[in-house]
Amino acid sequence: MLDDLTRRLTRIFHVLDGKGKLGEKEIDDALRQVRLALLEADVNFRVVKEFLSRVRERAVGEEVMRSLTPAQQIIKIVHEELSTTLGGESSPLSQVDGRPAVILLVGLQGSGKTTTAAKLALWLKRAGQRPLLVAADTRRPAAIEQLKLLGAQQDIPVYDGGFQASPLSVCDGVLQMAEKFTCVIFDTQGRLHVDEAMMGELADIKAKICPSDVLLTVDAMIGQDAVKIAQEFHNRIGLTGLILTKMDGDARGGAALSIRFVSGVPIKFIGVGERVDALELFHPDRLASRVLGMGDMLTLIEKAEGNFSEQQSREIEKKMRAGKFDLETLLEQMRQLYKMGSLSGLVGMLPGSSKLVSSLPDDEEGQRRLKKMEAIILSMTPEERHSPEIIDGSRRRRIARGSGTILQDVNSLLNQFREMRKLTGILSKQKGIKKNAGMMGKYLERSR
Amino acid sequence: MLGIEKGILKSRQSWFGKVSRLLERERIEEGVWDELEELLISADVGMETAIGLVESTRRRVSREKIADVLQVRAVLKEEMIKVLDVPRKEVDVNTRPQVVLVTGVNGSGKTTSVAKLAYEATSQGKRVILAAADTFRAAASEQLKYWGEQVGAEVIAHRPGGDPGAVVFDAMEAARSRKADMVIVDTAGRLHTKFNLMEELKKIKGVISRFDFAAPPGVVLVMDATTGQNGLAQARQFARTIDVTNILLAKLDGTAKGGIVFAICAELKIPIAYIGVGEGLQDMLPFVPEAFVEAILA
Repeated sequence: MLDDLTRRLTRIFHVLDGKGKLGEKEIDDALRQVRLALLEADVNFRVVKEFLSRVRERAVGEEVMRSLTPAQQIIKIVHEELSTTLGGESSPLSQVDGRPAVILLVGLQGSGKTTTAAKLALWLKRAGQRPLLVAADTRRPAAIEQLKLLGAQQDIPVYDGGFQASPLSVCDGVLQMAEKFTCVIFDTQGRLHVDEAMMGELADIKAKICPSDVLLTVDAMIGQDAVKIAQEFHNRIGLTGLILTKMDGDARGGAALSIRFVSGVPIKFIGVGERVDALELFHPDRLASRVLGMGDMLTLIEKAEGNFSEQQSREIEKKMRAGKFDLETLLEQMRQLYKMGSLSGLVGMLPGSSKLVSSLPDDEEGQRRLKKMEAIILSMTPEERHSPEIIDGSRRRRIARGSGTILQDVNSLLNQFREMRKLTGILSKQKGIKKNAGMMGKYLERSR
Repeated sequence: MLGIEKGILKSRQSWFGKVSRLLERERIEEGVWDELEELLISADVGMETAIGLVESTRRRVSREKIADVLQVRAVLKEEMIKVLDVPRKEVDVNTRPQVVLVTGVNGSGKTTSVAKLAYEATSQGKRVILAAADTFRAAASEQLKYWGEQVGAEVIAHRPGGDPGAVVFDAMEAARSRKADMVIVDTAGRLHTKFNLMEELKKIKGVISRFDFAAPPGVVLVMDATTGQNGLAQARQFARTIDVTNILLAKLDGTAKGGIVFAICAELKIPIAYIGVGEGLQDMLPFVPEAFVEAILA
C-alpha cells in the first residue's frame, strides 16, 4: 500500500535533511518531487495541484524559515495536509435504531462488489450482527451462485431472487423477510457511471430499500478517472462511504486521496486479499503516516492481535519469560507470519522501515526463504527443536538432506536462532504483543 | 472504425476533446505544451510517457518550423501512433488447435473477454473448447459454462478448488479427440505481486506446451482501461512470468482513456490486439493504433 510513495518521499526528505536551511527554491524542488510521486501514485492531477499549493502556502511562510529543522517542518505540513485530505477520524458504518441496517454496494464492473459483500457480511457477523446477503446482481452470469457459495462458506444466508429477475422485484422480496436480520447487504450489478439506464435503476433500488449506507467499491489500481466515477455515483445515488479493494497488490492507491479530496466521501474499509476475512477498517491517520514513511505500528499490532490468539500469545510469552524460546516456538511464529500477509507489507508497517523494505528481499524471495526455514525445522526431531545445541555436524547434514537444502542453510538458520534467543532476554522486559511484533521485525531484518 | 469511435465517443467528448480544442487555437502558445502534458497525464498516459510525447512533438515542430496549430496536431498524432505501433508477434496460425491463455488481475474482465474471443471464433465456424482454469473464485466455472452455452463451445471444468493444470490437461485431451480448432483457457484473476499464483501460470503454460500437436500457446493479458499507473507494473510482471503475446484493453466504453497502454507499448513492446467496449458478446473490436489515436484526437 502506497509503499513506493513512502519510499520516494523518504528519499526526498532525506535530501532535505542534509541541508541546513531551506529556501523557497528547496521547497519547490521538494514539492516537484512530491508532485511526481503523487501523480505516479494515480492521485488526480487537479487534486495534486491543489494539495501542493496548500502545502507550499504553509511551507513558504515564516513557520518553516524560522524552524530549526526545516525538513521536519515540511514533513509535518505534508503529513497534516494528507491527514486532512484523507478525512481525520475513521468513520464506521451508520448507526440504525429499531430496524435492520441496510447496506447497498455499488460500483463499476470488476471493482470487487460480490467479494466485498461477503467480506462485509462476515465482518458484521463477527461483530455480533445477524447479516443477510442479497444477490441483487441478477444479470451477470453466475453472480448469484458466487454470492451463495461465499455465503455458505461462512454460514451466512443469501437471498436469491432468481437469475435475470428484475433487481427491483428482488428488493421487494427481501423487504418482507428483512426483519429477521440486523443488517441486510445488497450486492448489485457492476455498471458504468455514464450508463443512464443502469444508473437510473440504481436510483430506483435506493428509493425502494432506503439504505442506511451506500458504499462504492473502488479498485485500488484505478487511475485518473476515479474522481469522475466517484462523483457521478455520488451525484446520482448519494454515497455514504468508499471501500478500497485490492489493496494487497502494489498499486499506490492514490485514488483514495483524490476521491476523498473531491467528493468528501469517507473511505470506510480496505480489501487486502481474496480471502473472505481480508477486510480491514480504513484509518486515515495511519495511511497518512505510512505515506510519509512514519510506519503504521497500530495496524501491525491490531493484525498481530487478530491472528495470535490470546492463548497462543500467553504461551509464547510464558516460554520467553522462562527463557524457553526454542525452534518449535519459532516455527509457530513463522506460521503466524504467513497468516499476517506479505512480508514487505508487514515490514512496511514498522516505523522507519521504508529503507529496510527497499533492501529486503521482495515478497517472493521472502516467501521462499520462510518456506525453506520451515522445511529445515520440520526435518528436525522434537528433541533437536527443543534443544538446538545438540545439533552436531552429522545431524546438520541429515537435516539438510531431509529438507532439501544445503548445509549452509541449516547453519545460517541455527546462527540466526542463537541471536534471536539472545534478543528474547531483552524483549521479555517489554509487554505482550508488542514484543512479538518487535521480535518479528528483528527477525526479518536478520533473515536478510 | 465506426465501432471504435463509438466506444471512445464519451472519452473524446469529455476529455481528449480538450486536446483538440487546445490545438485549434491559432498560434502555438508556450502554455500549450504544459497543458498538453497535463491532459495526457489525466488520461493515465503517465508522467514519463506524457513528457516524452510532448517533447518529441515539440522538437519536431521546432525542427520542421511548423507554425500551423493543425499541423501540431498531426505531429502529435504521429508521435502517439508511433508509440502504439508495436509489431505483432509471430503466431503459428496453421497448426490446430490454436491455444489462447487469458490472464489478468482480478476483475479486469477475463471471463467476459474469453466469451467474446470464443464468440469470434465460433462465428467463423471454428470448433472451440473452453477450459475453466479459474478453480478459485466461487462460481467462476458456472459463469464460463453459461457463456459456453451462449456461443456454442464445450466447457471443460473440474470441481472448485481443483488443480488448474489438470483442467487444462483435460481440455487439451478433449481438443485432440474432438479435433478442435481452438482452446481458450480462462484463468483465475491474480495480482501480479502474488508469487505463487504467478508461478501457477507458468505451470499452466507448461502443461499446454507438453501437447506437441498443438500450436504454442498465445497469452492474452486482459487489462481494465480504468487502470492507472499500476498497469505498467502488471504488464511487466505478467510479461516476465509468461511472455505475454498481446493485450486486450477492456472496458473502454466508460470515460477511462486507457492511456497506460502508451507506457506499456513504449517500454515492453507488447502489442494491443483488441479493445472491449461493452458487456455483450460482440462488444470486442480489433485494436488499430491509427484509429485509436484518431478517435481520441478527433
